[in-house]
Amino acid sequence: MSHVNELTARGRTHPPIEGDCIVQISVTVNGTTHDNDVEPRTLLVHYVREQLGLTGTNVGCDTSSCGACTLHLNGEAVKSCTVLAVQADGQQVATIESLEVDGIMHPMQTAFMENHGLQCGFCTPGMVMASISLLNENPNPSEDQVRLGLEGNLCRCTGYHNIVKSVLACASAAAVSGSK
Amino acid sequence: MIPAAFDYKRASSAAEAIALVSEYGDDAKFLAGGHSLLPLMKLRLAQPTMLIDIGRITDLSYIRDAGNHIAIGALTRHMDVETSAMLAEHVPLLAHAASHVGDAQVRHRGTIGGSIAHADPASDLPATTLALGATYVVQGPNGTREIAAADFYLGFLESALAADEILTEIRVPKMNGAGWNFQKFNRRAQDWAIVGVAAWRRGSESGVALVNMGSTPVLATSVSTAIAQGASVADAAKLASADADPQADNNASAEYRTHLAEVLVRRALDASS
Repeated sequence: MSHVNELTARGRTHPPIEGDCIVQISVTVNGTTHDNDVEPRTLLVHYVREQLGLTGTNVGCDTSSCGACTLHLNGEAVKSCTVLAVQADGQQVATIESLEVDGIMHPMQTAFMENHGLQCGFCTPGMVMASISLLNENPNPSEDQVRLGLEGNLCRCTGYHNIVKSVLACASAAAVSGSK
Repeated sequence: MIPAAFDYKRASSAAEAIALVSEYGDDAKFLAGGHSLLPLMKLRLAQPTMLIDIGRITDLSYIRDAGNHIAIGALTRHMDVETSAMLAEHVPLLAHAASHVGDAQVRHRGTIGGSIAHADPASDLPATTLALGATYVVQGPNGTREIAAADFYLGFLESALAADEILTEIRVPKMNGAGWNFQKFNRRAQDWAIVGVAAWRRGSESGVALVNMGSTPVLATSVSTAIAQGASVADAAKLASADADPQADNNASAEYRTHLAEVLVRRALDASS
């Protein structure tokens, strides 16, 4: 991390304010390391969406309530509207874009698709990232544990039933493939 | 919502953080997990001109057995408090209360020290550590000092921490098998408590603290005194608000909070007895 005086950031969406503090960060996002200059006040969600162009992560409430902006920081679900980009300096970030590999969806994405775990889809990237983090910590959760584990993600289509079903289906599919 | 502009420094040790805050003065704030401070900054209710990031001071993240108490580094995250086998054995009330903070994403970032230093009367861990008779260790330019939780909370979001001091450790006495319970009354998942109660009891000894029943977390000493004098749980619970000064807000009137406190203290002590 170092401070630079001149604007060298690529993709900045507004001109620098006089006296702006600019911080150089290096963040590994979806396996690729990005070096960028950011204002310290830049939120991680704005960094991934606007500077890196990864718009799969949504901004919902912008008050760390709804979970639409959930992504993984060092493998754990966090709300990226309440993390500064500078806090991710030197860290590993994974967004919803990292899940599909060579045209094959992540098992959690498949489970959401097969169980109709979405309606309008706005909360879905956050739901999927939170659900993967949940199963990483508790690979075989009960229905109650899934509901509690996803309390930080709101779905305004009231589609929780099928979301919970999707997560449980993904967990049992993983258990089956793990036991083979 | 975007915070007002600020300058940013990252500290690699408590000593460096203290040196930086001494240099920048009152306009500087410490940033730990950021889950109390950043929401305030996004609403521009807080506009520090310098953020000193203490979030990478890894030697302040630990949970250790220290004989009569468990020592918890201030930068230990809620998720690590919640899932600690050592706390589950020796201070289960604290581990359980930590599992009620926010949601999983919040608990991956938020720290016990950040929550306590923020001194929000609506937060779960200030009241819980108060009920448990915790001691907070703070470090400043002239060394360290210990502050009893009962002396720490001075007013709304106001603590006994000086501007150039940093909270480094929370010392929580082992519960030694005492009964305990945590009550959190809210309308929706992940909300703050409208009223909350952290309680433990071992015979005539007890500790009861209230969440969101005044401008600070409240130690319900009248309840514990009544229990010590042999009062029934139902009678002791009638004194739940004797030490509190509940305020009205969008969620509840002061009268409703007073009612909730009695009911929740009764439930908590019944479950602890």
